Amino acid sequence: MKIPYFPGCSLKTYASGFEKSAIAAGKALDIELVELPRWNCCGVVSSLTKDDLMHHLAPVRNLMRLSDMKTSGLADEDKRLLVLCSMCMNTFKRTNLKVRENSEDLATLNDFMYLEEAKYDGSVDIVHFLELLKEYGFDKISESVNTSLAGLKVAPYYGCMLIRPKEVGIDDAEEPTIFENLISSLGAEPVSWHAKNQCCGSYLTVNKQDTVIKLTRRILDNAQQEKADVIVTSCPLCAFNLDSRQALLQETNPGFEPIPVLYFTQLMAIAFGLDAATYGFEKNKVDPMPLLNKKVFI
Amino acid sequence: MAKKIKLDDKTQAFQKLVEDLCGQNTAKCDQCGTCSGGCPFVEDMDITPAELMRKVMLGQEDVLESETMWICATCNTCTVRCPRKLDVSKIAEALRQIRLRNEIDQLDIGKISREEIKELPQIALIAALRKLSS
Repeated sequence: MKIPYFPGCSLKTYASGFEKSAIAAGKALDIELVELPRWNCCGVVSSLTKDDLMHHLAPVRNLMRLSDMKTSGLADEDKRLLVLCSMCMNTFKRTNLKVRENSEDLATLNDFMYLEEAKYDGSVDIVHFLELLKEYGFDKISESVNTSLAGLKVAPYYGCMLIRPKEVGIDDAEEPTIFENLISSLGAEPVSWHAKNQCCGSYLTVNKQDTVIKLTRRILDNAQQEKADVIVTSCPLCAFNLDSRQALLQETNPGFEPIPVLYFTQLMAIAFGLDAATYGFEKNKVDPMPLLNKKVFI
Repeated sequence: MAKKIKLDDKTQAFQKLVEDLCGQNTAKCDQCGTCSGGCPFVEDMDITPAELMRKVMLGQEDVLESETMWICATCNTCTVRCPRKLDVSKIAEALRQIRLRNEIDQLDIGKISREEIKELPQIALIAALRKLSS
């Protein structure tokens, strides 16, 4: 299966391990991620006021670019766009919802971009990789597991953008299970914890670091209370706050024990027994290797 | 007997401005406090999300002086839990927009050090600039 795929800025930079491992894990399942030609920034956050159309231009421009991916033979389909980053997914889905419900808004956006070769008709569905994996079948995913993750306790961190608001969430907003199902299919043990859908502080990491540190501390403490070995996420911004900000936590809390934060695709690459070069751990701030050497690569 | 609170022209205009921007009927709010109870940021806010809602309902323009809408990071916890199905995060966004459209920015990129900018991922910087500056 060759599916159009939108990477976004983070996956090409500090979250490169997310992309690298996702492409490799997809390949192991015979899912080829075909990068959207000439993609641009998704807009990162959704514009929530009724009169602000300008900030919907970026996602719509991307959605226009799918139009000839099937006819040109680049991909097998052109009505679904695969997204890995939770923030991108949320922004795309919310814009899609707006233009599907307001044909006048869609017409205005198309008019504004009249120089583009294609027009957007609202027909593209945004699919998060976790949704595609669910469709592929978690039982079938188990068949690709070559490295035992037995005994590895994994805390699935949903954060906000994957499940809220309800109209764009990929699972139940309060009790989601899709991550747990994936973790179980990989042979690891999903941890039950209450902080899995609590906000990490998001972009306030730029101007309100104290608030973010307080929130991340709560999340990390809860994961450790529940004896998690590792946290997995699908959001590069959550990963920054939960992983990179642990250095600040250690500075202010001498007894704090760091915990590795992985993208779920990195866990998949390990479970599938893929080449270590596909794990993409170079950008992970808390090195997961000591833990993995102790619990997985024995 | 039902009691009605009548807003004067000025407060009514402000309430209408917010409602037009966010598309929410704030009169639906029951003041149950679910939004405040679930908000992960509430302890850093000067007024709770429920108080913010009350001020908007009454057209009290001093809500714009509050820090609350700048601490809200649109995590949508209140939105998914509101028993009256009000999208509180959209109301906070409308208040931010009223401020930002009057060019009252909350984030001055020039004040962030070079080292910090180098360390911060673009996803955080772009999101913050989009939400906190005009």
